Amino acid sequence: MANNRLTRLFQEKQGNLLNVYFTAGYPNLEDTVTILEELQLAGADLVEIGMPFSDPLADGPTIQASNMVALENGMTVKMLFQQLQGVRDNVSLPLILMGYLNPVLQYGFENFCRDAAAVGVDGFILPDLPFAEYEEEYKPILEQYGLSLIFLITPQTSEARIRQIDQLSSSFIYMVSSASTTGSQVQSSDSQKAYFQKVRDLGLRSPLLIGFGISDKPSFELACQSAHGAIIGSAFIKALQEPAEVRENVRSFLRLIKG
Amino acid sequence: MSKNFGVSERGYYGQFGGAFIPEMLYPNVEELREKYLTIMQEPAFQEELQDLLRNYVGRPTPLYHAKRLSEKYNTKIYLKREDLNHTGAHKINNTVGQILLAKRLGKTRIIAETGAGQHGVATATVCALAGLECIVYMGKIDTERQRPNVEKMRLMGATVVPVTSGSQTLKDATNEAIRDWINHPEDTHYIIGSVVGPHPYPDMVTRFQAVISEEIRKQLLEKEGRELPDYVVACVGGGSNAAGAFYHFLDEESVQLVAVEAAGLGVDSGHSAATSVLGKTGIIHGSKTLLMQTEDGQITEPYSISAGLDYPGVGPLHAHLAQSGRARFIAITDVDAMVALRELSRLEGIIPAIETSHALAALKELNAGPNDVVVLNLSGRGDKDLNTILTYFEQLDGQ
Repeated sequence: MANNRLTRLFQEKQGNLLNVYFTAGYPNLEDTVTILEELQLAGADLVEIGMPFSDPLADGPTIQASNMVALENGMTVKMLFQQLQGVRDNVSLPLILMGYLNPVLQYGFENFCRDAAAVGVDGFILPDLPFAEYEEEYKPILEQYGLSLIFLITPQTSEARIRQIDQLSSSFIYMVSSASTTGSQVQSSDSQKAYFQKVRDLGLRSPLLIGFGISDKPSFELACQSAHGAIIGSAFIKALQEPAEVRENVRSFLRLIKG
Repeated sequence: MSKNFGVSERGYYGQFGGAFIPEMLYPNVEELREKYLTIMQEPAFQEELQDLLRNYVGRPTPLYHAKRLSEKYNTKIYLKREDLNHTGAHKINNTVGQILLAKRLGKTRIIAETGAGQHGVATATVCALAGLECIVYMGKIDTERQRPNVEKMRLMGATVVPVTSGSQTLKDATNEAIRDWINHPEDTHYIIGSVVGPHPYPDMVTRFQAVISEEIRKQLLEKEGRELPDYVVACVGGGSNAAGAFYHFLDEESVQLVAVEAAGLGVDSGHSAATSVLGKTGIIHGSKTLLMQTEDGQITEPYSISAGLDYPGVGPLHAHLAQSGRARFIAITDVDAMVALRELSRLEGIIPAIETSHALAALKELNAGPNDVVVLNLSGRGDKDLNTILTYFEQLDGQ
């Protein structure tokens, strides 16, 4: 079981956790660490660093486009690890790498874990890594390096499977708000409320963070009522497109969410 | 089911296959995995399927002894005439099957991806037949290259969505179809057009296409007094026509299986789709298979003059056939394929699809003897390619 900054965070802070996603190498190749430092100063609780991929299946247009720009900027897994060398001198936030399995496999799964742990990464979200393969091949490697793997659940995930995921999870569960790709608007529909309630009633041991469709203060607060916190991705990527300097864009966006 | 090349419980052919999908797709794919074999084996399902294959699709397709072609290559060549199917290619064998399956799963909305448009047309066709809503994703560039197929789909009531993400071709059309499925998890069935995608798609599509090899065995017995040919030759993009032509011969070691890929401008030219040569193990569209990619694991865009072979991966069964050596893989360039297209047109009065022409061009590399029996799967007709063909030969002959 991983015992790292992630597990400590959930022990220390019980609610209103803000998890921010951004794509490494976006908007500019060298922005990765700048954004991390600024997110820490502006009050994010944890960060998901997206590793850009040519074919991000679960992502909507905003994150797809940021992936393309980052790849054109020259971002690679190898370069990301180089950029993250020494990041722990200034950044104490839990850091999660999010990406699709293919680039990780090409890097070599064990090399990936070793290098991620070496720069101070706490866990991964690999949405296309299946359970069975995780348990048989990858879990021992992740555990060896003290890394968490975060699983997703959706409104269509069965109770039995949610319980299985809860047992496999060592930090938190990523609760996808509705049947969608990233960036679609969250609607506080009755069915969504019922889904949030249903999951809460399961009394899971893992904390829950709600993602997909969280874009502003009202949707963040709504999500926090049903879970331990929320994840913001596409809306933050859009905020990074503002004309101001990167640090200022990060600050203004977090003021909007938390202010 | 093949002893050595059948799919495992979890969807693997050797080390290839599986279901590498985000959780958002899990319930859909799981529902299909749990039910597809049961539904396909129901007598009522088979009865309806066989009736449609016979009376709607036009099966069995002929196994034609091509005498002039045989003379040219000094061997005995049979053409399995999938080009004579309704809509002009083998694609409809699979869409007819999947639409019946979708109805039994209670789905009301059908999505599909298409490159050249043949699978899109075959899907729009069966949706019209079944009275189901049909949305076809097609790369914007392909909608322009394959305009007549777009018009056919629209005429049959389908919505064609031009895809502007990524490189705007088949790979991106597939991504968008998958994203649509993520956004519509309950009422929608995704009809994948080849033996690719997460388990159970490669196995399911192979089984629907296996009607091709089933017929070949019967027809060959009638014509040659033996069920087994010496060679079976088929082109491979994703690989559905090849999977169908190989299926009932997989365990027959005396039958040489020949899979023909598109070399484009040449395997080493940087403009090729010869995945078995250029690909490395990777994950595309939910399946672990051979995949053309960069060192960093980004999927690269393949090239071929044929839009239907222009895919950066192959089905996991084919990856396994290539790696195990069970099938011989041959890469054929654009120019050799086009020469073979003109040759068949003139020798036999059959204009093949450009995809199929790659298989035809491989005949010269077989070294088959005069008493050998070669079956070549004539996967589709060339009508759809007429513009490309005319432009190509104008340029070639004008040089």
